[in-house]
Amino acid sequence: MTHQRLHSVELTELQDKLARAQGKQYWRSLDELAETPEFVEYLHREFPEQASEMNDPVSRRRFLQLMGASIALAGATACNGQAVEKIVPYVRQPENMIPGRPLYYATGFSLGGYAIGALAESHMGRPTKLEGNPEHPASLGSSNSYLQASILDLYDPDRSQVVLNNGRIATWEGFIAALGTELATLEASGNGSRLRILTQTVTSPTQIDLIEAVQARLPGAQWHQWEPINRDAVRAGAVAAFGEPVDTRYDFSRASVVLSLDADIYADLPGSIRYTRDFADRRRVRDDDRNMARLYSVESTPTITGASADHRWRVRASDVEAVARVVAASLGVAGLEGSGQLPDGVDAEVVDALTADLRAHAGTSLVVPGEGQPPAVHALAHAINAHLGNVGETVVHSEPVAPQPQSQAASLEALVEDMRADAVGMLVVIGGNPVYDAPADLDFAGALDAVGTRVHMGLHANETSELCHWHVPENHFLESWGDARAYDGTVTLVQPLIEPLYLGHTALELTAIMAGAAETEGRAVLESAWRDRWAAGEIEVDLGPTFDKAWRRILHDGLVPGTAYPARPTALVGGWDLGATVNSGGMEVIFRVDPTVYDGRFANNGWLQETPKPLTKLTWDNAALVSPATAERLGVANEDVVELTYDGRSVRAPIWVLPGQPDESVTLPLGYGRTRTGRVGTGTGFNAYTLRTSDALAFATGLDVAPTGRRYQLASTQMHHSMEGRDIVRVGDFHEFESTGGIQHPHTHVPGPEESLFPPYEYNGHSWGMSIDLNVCIGCTGCVTACQAENNVPVVGKTEVANGREMHWIRVDRYWSGGVENPETVFQPVACMHCDNAPCEVVCPVAATVHGSEGLNEMVYNRCVGTRYCANNCPYKVRRFNFLDYTDYDDAPMMKLLHNPDVTVRSRGVMEKCTYCVQRINVARQDAKVDGREMVDGDVVTACQQACPAQAITFGDLNDPDSAIAAAREEPLHYGLLEELGTRPRTNYMARLRNANTTLNPPVERSDSEVEHD
Amino acid sequence: MTEPQGVLKPDPVIEPGHDYGSITEKIASIVDTGRQPKFWWVGFGIGFALMQLFLVSAVWLLWEGVGVWGINNPVGWGFAIINLVWWIGIGHAGTLISAILLLLRQDWRTSINRFAEAMTLFAVACAGMFPLLHMGRPWFFYWLIPYPNTFGMWPQFRSPLVWDVFAISTYATASALFWFIGLIPDLATLRDRATNRTGKFVYGLLSMGWRGSAVHWYRYEVAYLLLAGLATPLVVSVHTVVSFDFAIGIIPGWHATIFPPYFVAGAIYAGFAMVLTLAIPIRWMYGLHDFITARHLRNMAKVMLATGLIVAYGYSMEAFMAWYSGATYETAMIEHRLFGSFAHIFWALIAVNVVIPQVLWFPQVRRSTAALFCVAMVVNVGMWLERYLIVVTSLSKDFLPSSWGEYAATRWDWATYIGTIGLFLTLMFLFLRVLPLISIFEMRTLVPGGAGKKGGDDE
Repeated sequence: MTHQRLHSVELTELQDKLARAQGKQYWRSLDELAETPEFVEYLHREFPEQASEMNDPVSRRRFLQLMGASIALAGATACNGQAVEKIVPYVRQPENMIPGRPLYYATGFSLGGYAIGALAESHMGRPTKLEGNPEHPASLGSSNSYLQASILDLYDPDRSQVVLNNGRIATWEGFIAALGTELATLEASGNGSRLRILTQTVTSPTQIDLIEAVQARLPGAQWHQWEPINRDAVRAGAVAAFGEPVDTRYDFSRASVVLSLDADIYADLPGSIRYTRDFADRRRVRDDDRNMARLYSVESTPTITGASADHRWRVRASDVEAVARVVAASLGVAGLEGSGQLPDGVDAEVVDALTADLRAHAGTSLVVPGEGQPPAVHALAHAINAHLGNVGETVVHSEPVAPQPQSQAASLEALVEDMRADAVGMLVVIGGNPVYDAPADLDFAGALDAVGTRVHMGLHANETSELCHWHVPENHFLESWGDARAYDGTVTLVQPLIEPLYLGHTALELTAIMAGAAETEGRAVLESAWRDRWAAGEIEVDLGPTFDKAWRRILHDGLVPGTAYPARPTALVGGWDLGATVNSGGMEVIFRVDPTVYDGRFANNGWLQETPKPLTKLTWDNAALVSPATAERLGVANEDVVELTYDGRSVRAPIWVLPGQPDESVTLPLGYGRTRTGRVGTGTGFNAYTLRTSDALAFATGLDVAPTGRRYQLASTQMHHSMEGRDIVRVGDFHEFESTGGIQHPHTHVPGPEESLFPPYEYNGHSWGMSIDLNVCIGCTGCVTACQAENNVPVVGKTEVANGREMHWIRVDRYWSGGVENPETVFQPVACMHCDNAPCEVVCPVAATVHGSEGLNEMVYNRCVGTRYCANNCPYKVRRFNFLDYTDYDDAPMMKLLHNPDVTVRSRGVMEKCTYCVQRINVARQDAKVDGREMVDGDVVTACQQACPAQAITFGDLNDPDSAIAAAREEPLHYGLLEELGTRPRTNYMARLRNANTTLNPPVERSDSEVEHD
Repeated sequence: MTEPQGVLKPDPVIEPGHDYGSITEKIASIVDTGRQPKFWWVGFGIGFALMQLFLVSAVWLLWEGVGVWGINNPVGWGFAIINLVWWIGIGHAGTLISAILLLLRQDWRTSINRFAEAMTLFAVACAGMFPLLHMGRPWFFYWLIPYPNTFGMWPQFRSPLVWDVFAISTYATASALFWFIGLIPDLATLRDRATNRTGKFVYGLLSMGWRGSAVHWYRYEVAYLLLAGLATPLVVSVHTVVSFDFAIGIIPGWHATIFPPYFVAGAIYAGFAMVLTLAIPIRWMYGLHDFITARHLRNMAKVMLATGLIVAYGYSMEAFMAWYSGATYETAMIEHRLFGSFAHIFWALIAVNVVIPQVLWFPQVRRSTAALFCVAMVVNVGMWLERYLIVVTSLSKDFLPSSWGEYAATRWDWATYIGTIGLFLTLMFLFLRVLPLISIFEMRTLVPGGAGKKGGDDE
């Protein structure tokens, strides 16, 4: 086939013409442009490559203009120009719609196949913000960065917008016709097996049914699944332990002692958001509730789970199994084949203490194996949990949520073999990007060439679509009808919030067409599938007398009640232990999902690119993570480029030294180095998939690292990692708190209000305050993205971040203490403290930042002249300045749609900062007034508070003695950051506690002169 | 202190052999012959070229925003504020020489006050550019001025930046008035000497009908003395207020009570360095050795030495108080300055501002114009470094280590800075071309046996 190699496009001239046109002229000039040779040429090329523009601060304006042009041009090419808008009032106002007030709809967001219930906020038909669905078991109202940022993808101007045939613009009808012909030929010739469908992990009951219908129509047609971050090892571990692929989910609300075996409980598991919530409830300590679950972590790459752990031991990923084995052996787990040696980093004393603790908490303990750990570790964890009687308590086994007849790696490998053997006539890739993320040794791209007809459906035109004959744009989930199962099996409904912005369709629609189904329109497909299930009595909970009533309820709730998979009894089968793996020597390479761009699918998402990764605080890039000792041995430092070679393949990557990383082990976050994505993601980072082979999907040994002498700039938002002995994040000993009700901390003199010459402010109405519990904060940065979405915080690009100009209103500081090899890690979210005695207020020459009557430190953008004195004088450095024009979307109307209409978009030259979500306070105030009542505690929920999966943030009225925030202020662990400066901050913290195992950590006596007791 | 001159009388402030006519001829001819030495054209050319650089960088700045500079979080002030303080500091010598030395009857000031005052004005003009340009939205600069408006808003009077507006504008106004009043008799001389219509008209207009009558002289003397009295507190107040920009802040390295006196001393130090930097070439260019004598240069060197020592005392007190207070943040700030990422700037500052100027203790150095010029240039650089250190290092590392950051100037920072030097040079050379650079009528009073006062003993 001749797939068209796409070239970079010189948009300047086109753009110049556009810039000269205005209003209606704008569209007319487009028509004129369409006649020009350069426009015609543009039509035949697809991706204007201007990604580097994003990184150049000064030409950013230009970039945004380009972005606008690309939308406009795409509009022209798609013949889908937005209709002329006439502003007229409703003659008959739609039910519930009040102009200016948002509506909320339940929908579902899926990652890795697993759904998280979401609530989408819609302003006059325009979704602007996503929250967790409080009724959904995977969310309980909380969310994470991925969910928060996924709304940006909806408005991404680089999203795929039209059907492409060999890189040329085609139509959906044309595609359907061609597809129909191909399928009919296959059907007629009985060559059904020549049709292959390749999807990502699918948990959607309707999608599964439809794929089966395709298989019924074309017998022999095979369905393959591939997702680079898959759960093959989890599945294989379950098969080894129980003889069947059961799913394991955890009940952290019952867990007292948890051991993580290289598992990122807080981020990587399908139920992480829920687990975080449950476990935070077990770790939250109050004066009247002095209980705290303990978390042990044996891990390779430092994660937020390890950072929160009371004890963390670093071992190489390949050594985790040995630790698990020794722990199992010393617990007396039966059926173990040999016990093995403990690796460096964990000694016998540790294992003794650990096992004693686990044994003491049999039934309330929990061992969680990491997703990247091999099946043997999962089998060992199953055996330990079974041995400790945790199954049925903290561990629940159920039917698998994602039905897979075989592992994804094997499935993909079989597909590639068939492709090479010319056994595949037609490949339909629905979602995903296998050309980019398939194991390197399979050479998926090479094998693809042998396939007669290749179809790709996806949100973005990507590396895979580039090599396919057909590319079909997929709808964003906010434009789609669909369903998917959550981590516990709960069926989650996906309903659209907006008419598709482009000419996209959903996977359900495509599969329905392929199956020759009667219904092929998204809503009809879904509704009829559920009508059938309703009729068949598959919905066990009574949802009403008619299907329509039930359907309304399902759509309203965003889930089908009673569809969680029930617990199912399991028993260990003989020979469950897969035996000890023998590690070959050499350096280890670990492939990890990236905490912000995931497997690469979010590479074009500016919010996620700019969200600092929790541990490294890097933005816009990935890096090869090594321990300080390994960096020293290799003679490399941060930003030094090294050549990494594994199994004959090599890639160049910049080094980032990460304390806590095991020695002689290099972690390569996946998801970067995309060559075909939008202008945001192209050219960021390096592609770790280049080294990832089928036998080393998670980690392997035998990596070669060679310094190249080159350097590559990385943009980190935090350059200094020590607290310098300052009283910033208070960390106390839980046992001390348990017995004394206080912790030791450095003595500081906090000036009282009487020490000021000025009288204190009086708050006769409300007095807002915030409290952040550092003991349950996991540092996941969900609050950062949530705030960005709520408050129209702009994206500034890599160069600007490297320049220290990121705009996030809330940041999560990460400090290390203790040894550099395996330090203690603490997190501290910092936003505006809304000081009662604010240093910023007195220095502003124009009164642009003033003290509100309810205690808020208010920023008046219109009055700001931009002297930046306030930012200089802020001891917390939470003020953010618009150094350049970061929000010029005049030519990018799509991006404007995303903005929260309740929050001002800031112009160049003004200061901005956290407002305590004042727009939400005002809405709550109006609501209370309309209802004729006083505001009550819980009426105001800030964006960060709402998103926080650990519920670490409390917000409310300090003048209300019964409020949660007033109670938080009474807690002995509560303290104000830098209070000794006399700023009297309204955002306070609760100290972090370490619930150490006293066998391992005998309490240390500190001299009383240095510390004081609360 | 008297230098070993072998005579009992101090050096004259005007070389012997001059009478009223020769003084007038010598000074006025620079202006009205219409021919300038080659040096003038070279200097003016350089200045004018650099001024274009300023225009380009200002336009680019206004077009793109202050993001073209190297400022960031946490370093929200960079070159702009450094340059503001530097230029304001330079502007100090003019008023000091004109007003305070006048009140103290230091008649050696006569031959340098005119161009020192001009220097002050031009330096203040350069300084004034920066607070405007550094604003995020400079077109709203007038919001800092209290004026009746429909917003019903005043400036926020607790902010030192508002005080700055008053201090700097008052200083600029007073300096300009003082300069202009002092020019009137000389403008009349130029008017009388003018041979063409333009000269007659312009100088005639500017001399405000000066006829040299006794009443004119009387009123002139009263006005000049009154203005001197008014200007004197300004010498202290301007830089005191500028220092408040920092001292009022709570940032370690800013929040120090020593700042006002230390800034004033630094300003005089910088101002005299700049006067020397200008006087030495001008003296050479126009052959004014008779009027700007070795004694002038020596006196200025001594003032520099004295103020330089005050500045050095300021540095040491800053460090001492940080250590003595035992305050975590203060100690860390000093450590950061001394040994941190900006240590090279600190030690360079100590070298150029404290160590090198000590050569001024030696009479040989004070007598050598070349050596004096070098020391003055070194001090100019040193005072700039001092402001860099105060503005940048304090901000780069304050309370929360998570927010610590570095600062690097961009080419636009440099272009703007060098551009204002161009503006300064352009104005200075234009001044030399169109106005008498030394006060003609005041020089006449220095002629021995003349009508004026006698050369006093200033040493």
